[in-house]
Amino acid sequence: MSRSFLGMPAFPRAAAVSTRDPRLRANLAHATHTIRDKRARAVAELDDWAQLRAAGAAVKDRTLRHLDHYLEQLEESVAAAGGHVHWAADADEANRIVTRLVRETGEREVVKVKSMATQEIGLNEALAEAGIRAYETDLAELIVQLGDDLPSHILVPAIHRNRGEIRDIFRREMGKWGRPAPEGLSDSPTELAEAARLHLREKFLTAKVGISGANFMVAETGTLVVVESEGNGRMCLTLPETLISVVGIEKTVPTWQDLEVFLQLLPRSSTAERMNPYTTTWTGTTDGDGPRAFHLVLLDNGRTDTLADAVGRQALRCIRCSACLNVCPVYERAGGHAYGSPYPGPIGAILTPQLRGMAGPLEESLPYASSLCGACYEVCPVAIDIPEVLVHLRERVVEGGPVTRRGARVVLKPAKGHAAERAAMRAAAWAFDHPGVLRGGMRLAARTRRLHPRRLPGPGRAWSDTRALPTVPAESFRDWWRRTRGDAGGSERGGVK
Amino acid sequence: MRVALFVTCINDTLQPRTGRAVVTLLERLGVDVDFPAEQSCCGQPQFNTGYRHATEPLVRRFDRAFKDYDYVVTPSGSCAAMVRDNYPRIAARAAAEGRGRELTEAAARAVPKTYELTEFLVDVLKVTDVGAYYPHTITYHPTCHGLRVLGLGDRPRRLLEQVRGLTLKELPGAEECCGFGGTFAVKNPAVSTAMGADKVRAVTGTGAEAVCTVDNSCLLHIGGMLARQGSPVRPVHLAEILASTEADTAAGGAAGRAAGAEGGAR
Repeated sequence: MSRSFLGMPAFPRAAAVSTRDPRLRANLAHATHTIRDKRARAVAELDDWAQLRAAGAAVKDRTLRHLDHYLEQLEESVAAAGGHVHWAADADEANRIVTRLVRETGEREVVKVKSMATQEIGLNEALAEAGIRAYETDLAELIVQLGDDLPSHILVPAIHRNRGEIRDIFRREMGKWGRPAPEGLSDSPTELAEAARLHLREKFLTAKVGISGANFMVAETGTLVVVESEGNGRMCLTLPETLISVVGIEKTVPTWQDLEVFLQLLPRSSTAERMNPYTTTWTGTTDGDGPRAFHLVLLDNGRTDTLADAVGRQALRCIRCSACLNVCPVYERAGGHAYGSPYPGPIGAILTPQLRGMAGPLEESLPYASSLCGACYEVCPVAIDIPEVLVHLRERVVEGGPVTRRGARVVLKPAKGHAAERAAMRAAAWAFDHPGVLRGGMRLAARTRRLHPRRLPGPGRAWSDTRALPTVPAESFRDWWRRTRGDAGGSERGGVK
Repeated sequence: MRVALFVTCINDTLQPRTGRAVVTLLERLGVDVDFPAEQSCCGQPQFNTGYRHATEPLVRRFDRAFKDYDYVVTPSGSCAAMVRDNYPRIAARAAAEGRGRELTEAAARAVPKTYELTEFLVDVLKVTDVGAYYPHTITYHPTCHGLRVLGLGDRPRRLLEQVRGLTLKELPGAEECCGFGGTFAVKNPAVSTAMGADKVRAVTGTGAEAVCTVDNSCLLHIGGMLARQGSPVRPVHLAEILASTEADTAAGGAAGRAAGAEGGAR
C-alpha cells in the first residue's frame, strides 16, 4: 500500500521502458485481444446498439447539463431513505471525511468494493496513515494490493500479471494479510480463485465497515448501483454494519428508466457479458437488512472544472467500461502504469489532465499518448470522441488558454519544451500559405538530395533510429505538372472529355 | 463535372509518382483532371499537434484553390478526413471565438466535394474495374482515418479485386493502427516503433511482395521500418496499382518497377 502514482514521469519516458518489457507486452497483448474480440461479438448481437449508444450519450449530456439540480434531488432522496450525504470538493476532503466516519465506528479494518474513485483519491494510503487497514476484495485489486503494485487497467487492475506471477504473489503475501495460500498452490485459475475465496471469506465475515464506490446513482430514489461479476462486492455491500460510498458526482442518472440504457451498454462493453452477473442496488438503509448506517461522499475533485470546458466535458460521460483500453494499440504496448494515474488508456489520457487541471509534465504529455487512430471512439458506449478531446487538450498544452481550476477561470501559458516545435509548426503553416516559398524549398531539397543524410541528428533521431528516411525525388509533383502540362494550373481545364 | 486533384503536401514533395498515378488513372477513365497550383497542405500536421489557429489560413486556401471545381479528389484517407471531419470543427470554434462565419462558409463548400480516391472511383464514377494490371502479390492495410473517419469500408478491396494479375493476401490484425500518427511517431517513438514492428511482422508474414494503403504518410513509417530491416517488401500506394496496365509492365513501368530511387526510402 506504499506505492502511489505521485511523481510519475511523463508518458514517453515511462513508455520507453515498458515497451521493452517482453513479459508485460505478452501479458497485455493476450489479455486485450481476448477481451476485445469478445466485446465485438457481444455488441454485434444487438441490432439497436447504435441507438443505445446515442441514448447513453444523450442521457449523460442532459444530466451533466443540469447536474446541480439532479445532485440536490439525489441528496434529498438519500437523506429521505435514511442515508447521510457528505460533499467533498477534493481528494483531501474526501479522505478526511471517510477517515472520520471510520474512526467514529471504532473499527481499525475495512473491506473494500472495487472502486475507481477511491483509487483516484488515494483513500487506502490516507486510511493507513490513520492506522486503519483497508482490504481490497475484488480479485484483481487483491492481487495488486498483495503485490504492493499499482493498478494498470480500470476493469482488470492486474491485467499486467499472468497466472504464474499471481500464484507467486499469493504464496508469498497472503499470510501477511490473513489466511495464507493453500499448500502447493498451482497456477490453475480454479485453484487461484479458491485461494482468494478462502482468504477473503475471513474478511467478509469479520468486517464491520465496508467502503465502496458506485457505477450509478439514481437521483429520483437515491439508489446506488454497483455492477460487478464476482459477488465479492455484494458481500461488502450487505454484511458490514456501516457502509461508506465515495462516488464522483458525474455518476448521477435521473431515473431508473435511464439506468436501463446503461445496464445494457456497460456489461457488453466491459466484460462482453449479455447481462451483468451481480448488480447490487441499495437505497439508504432498511431495518433488519444490510448495513445499519449508510454514508454517501459525493466527490468533485476536478469534475466541475472539467464540466466548464465545452469540448472536454464529454469525458464525464465515461461509465468506466474499459472498452477503449482494450482496443487501444498504444495502451497495449505501453501498459497502464505509463499513464501515471488509476485512469489509464485513452480515457485516462483525456480524464487525468482535465481532473488535475493540466498541472505538470505528465499531464501535458498525456494528450500526445495517442496516434489518433480512433479505435477508442468507435467502441465507446457513450460516444466520447476521445480523439477530438485529445487534440483539444494538445491545443491547451502548446497554445495555452483558459482552463478552470477549483472553480476559478485561469489562463494557462503555453507549456515549456514546445518552443522549437511551435516555431516549426508556424513556419510550416506560413510556408504552406505561400506556395512560392514552398516551391523554392522543395526545389532546394531536390537539388541537394544526394547530400541528405541517412540518419538524422538530435530530435530527428526519434524518426531515423528505427525507420529509413524518405528520399526526396528529383522533381516535385507540381514541377512535373508545370513541365508536362505547360501552365501553372488554375486553368480552364478540368471536366469529362 | 470539373475535377481537381488535391495531391497533398507529402505526395507533392516526397511521393510525386502517386500524384502522377492519379492523373494517369483518372484520364484513362475519361476524367479531365486539373491541378490548381494554389493548393498546399490541408493543415493536418498543425491541427493534430494542437496548432488549430495556424490551420485557419490553410482552410481558407483550400477553399480558394478548389472554389471552381465540383469534385476534389485526393489520394489520402487522412487528408480527406481532415477536410471532412475537422474543417467544420475549426470553423465552429472560430465562430464561437467571435471570428465570424467566413470559415464556416469555406468549410461548407469544401466538405461535400472532397473525395478520397477510392470513394470518387466507386461512388462518383461507379467503377470498380479500372482496367488495371499488376502481376504481384500484395497485402492491404486499411489506414485509420480512411477506415474510421471516412468509412471507406470495402471500396479499396473491391477495386483491388478487379486488378488483373494481382493476388491479395489477407493481413492479420489489418484494422490495427501502424503507429505512424503524424507527430506521434516522433513524440512517442518507443510506442510508435513497437506498433510499427508488429505491423511489419504481420505484413512480412503474409508473404506479399508489397504492402498497399491509401495513405503515403503511413507508408513512410511502415516502408521506413521495412527498409531499415532490409526487408524486400515494398510500400505501394493504391493509386499506383490502379494506374498500372500491361503496357506499363511491358515497358518496365510502374507495375514492373520495384521501389526505385524516386520516392523510395533508404
